[in-house]
Amino acid sequence: MGNRVAIVGIGQTYHKSNRKDVTQPEMVAEAVRAALTDAQMKPKDVEAVFTSNMETFEGMYLPDHMMVDEVGAFMKPGLKVNTGGTTGASVVEEGFHFVASGLFDTALVIGFEKQDCGDTTAAITAAVTPVWGKGVATGAIGEFAKQALTYMQKTGAKEEHAAMIRLKADKGACKNPYAHLKLGLKSIEEVLNSGYLVWPLRLLDFCPQSVGACALILASEHKAKKITKKPVWIADVVTVHQEPFRAGSFGDPTGTEEYSQDIAAERLYKRNGITNPTKDICMAEIYEPSNWEEMSHYEHYHFCEKNEGWKMVEKGITEMEGAFPVNPSGGVIATNPIGATPTIRVAEAALQVRGDAGEHQVTRDVHTAMATALGGPNWTVVTLLKRSL
Amino acid sequence: MAELMQDRVEKLKDLDVFVYHGKIYIPNTYTAGAVGSRFLIEIRDNKKIMGTRCSTCDVVYVPARSVCKHCFSQLDKWVEVSDKGTLLTYTVAGQSNGVQPVDPPIIYGIVQLDGASTGMVHMLSEVDFEKLAIGMRVRAVFAEKRVGSILDIKYFAPL
Ligand SMILES: [Zn+2]
Repeated sequence: MGNRVAIVGIGQTYHKSNRKDVTQPEMVAEAVRAALTDAQMKPKDVEAVFTSNMETFEGMYLPDHMMVDEVGAFMKPGLKVNTGGTTGASVVEEGFHFVASGLFDTALVIGFEKQDCGDTTAAITAAVTPVWGKGVATGAIGEFAKQALTYMQKTGAKEEHAAMIRLKADKGACKNPYAHLKLGLKSIEEVLNSGYLVWPLRLLDFCPQSVGACALILASEHKAKKITKKPVWIADVVTVHQEPFRAGSFGDPTGTEEYSQDIAAERLYKRNGITNPTKDICMAEIYEPSNWEEMSHYEHYHFCEKNEGWKMVEKGITEMEGAFPVNPSGGVIATNPIGATPTIRVAEAALQVRGDAGEHQVTRDVHTAMATALGGPNWTVVTLLKRSL
Repeated sequence: MAELMQDRVEKLKDLDVFVYHGKIYIPNTYTAGAVGSRFLIEIRDNKKIMGTRCSTCDVVYVPARSVCKHCFSQLDKWVEVSDKGTLLTYTVAGQSNGVQPVDPPIIYGIVQLDGASTGMVHMLSEVDFEKLAIGMRVRAVFAEKRVGSILDIKYFAPL
């Protein structure tokens, strides 16, 4: 094991579909400034800067190279990482590895996406090989429609269950000052009345395209204790990946392959002595681009038995006041600045551990939290956070 | 923090902001490789769908690949699989997009051919939408003029 690493600063922008008032670097700077303010640190106190986003989603190559000055990275070491949808978690892992190695005492990690600059679906359809995936790319909506269909048929979940998840997400988003979609939904009927994008996926069943950024400051044990009274320790990070179909499918829409989520969770639990996930872990922020995906992830992360994900929402277990809250922030279905999205999962989980989530702080005391990330070809990153190690 | 930033946007409301539109065009040239090409040649010349088999793991990969993902063996054993298989999942695209090879509506499906261990991403046609279902049995329909492309399988049709 490496040295201990803590999150000592957390910052994010608010989220919208469109920000014409700021350039990409200026937008990212807002999150960096917020993280530095939270940690009461100055840019000179940060030793290295790591950035992540979805290359080409901004309609350009290397959108990070021009923001060195704005993110406080002028003449500093650092790297950019891109692992697809998981990239915002991979950048946290990258910073974690560097600080754990002892090479740096402090690191700033940043996830960002300014989707109003580009065409995300066009970029996703370019993420398949022209040999096997020629023309068979559906973008994200088609992929998650396949997942929803398989989940529905395999488990017996109904559209009403997906609607309950959407309602839960909106309740959280409305309490989260940084969330994008705050719809004020009152009933599942409102969700069930929204039109289909691709059956069985409705407009309200799917995430928006958001612009935003999230920044975290990581520090070694001795620095962390000087910087803050409330360090949030990164207990572990596990990455697992595969590409089952050679055509850029998201995860395994067929339910026949080995899921990277199962493997990642099992590895994380085994390494950290977790035998009963929903008891040993107090809450989770998971990467769910659709409500259907959330129910499926409950199962793959072993929050419940197989084919019973929908029962968790039916029983209210994953509500903010429930026994095992999931995505009290409103989650990805309310806010999805893709490259920043997994960083936000870690940030929101860390705020819960600190007890600083404000109006969307969960009822249960959170000493341990889990953040997950999902990416294009069945890529998974899971992060475990603790109040004390 | 959030309040502070929102204030700043409020102030910008009446200000003119310049926005520039553009487009990037990036050509690419991909090889199917020797293994992938043999797979495509068998379809083009003989209407045969071939996979590569890992005898250690007892897995047949279709489309053929050169390395077993479970044990990292170099695969060199070719086996013919059936042109019939089972639909594992599907979705329907109703909106046209420049990268699609045919006009919408397009049924995209993942088909596991009999004798293959893996699903294969392709399209379906000749389907009565009402009867479209996971588990449906399908067969490959080959294109009349075959050129050495995955689209030499024109689509999969119900059995
Ligand atoms: Zn093998």
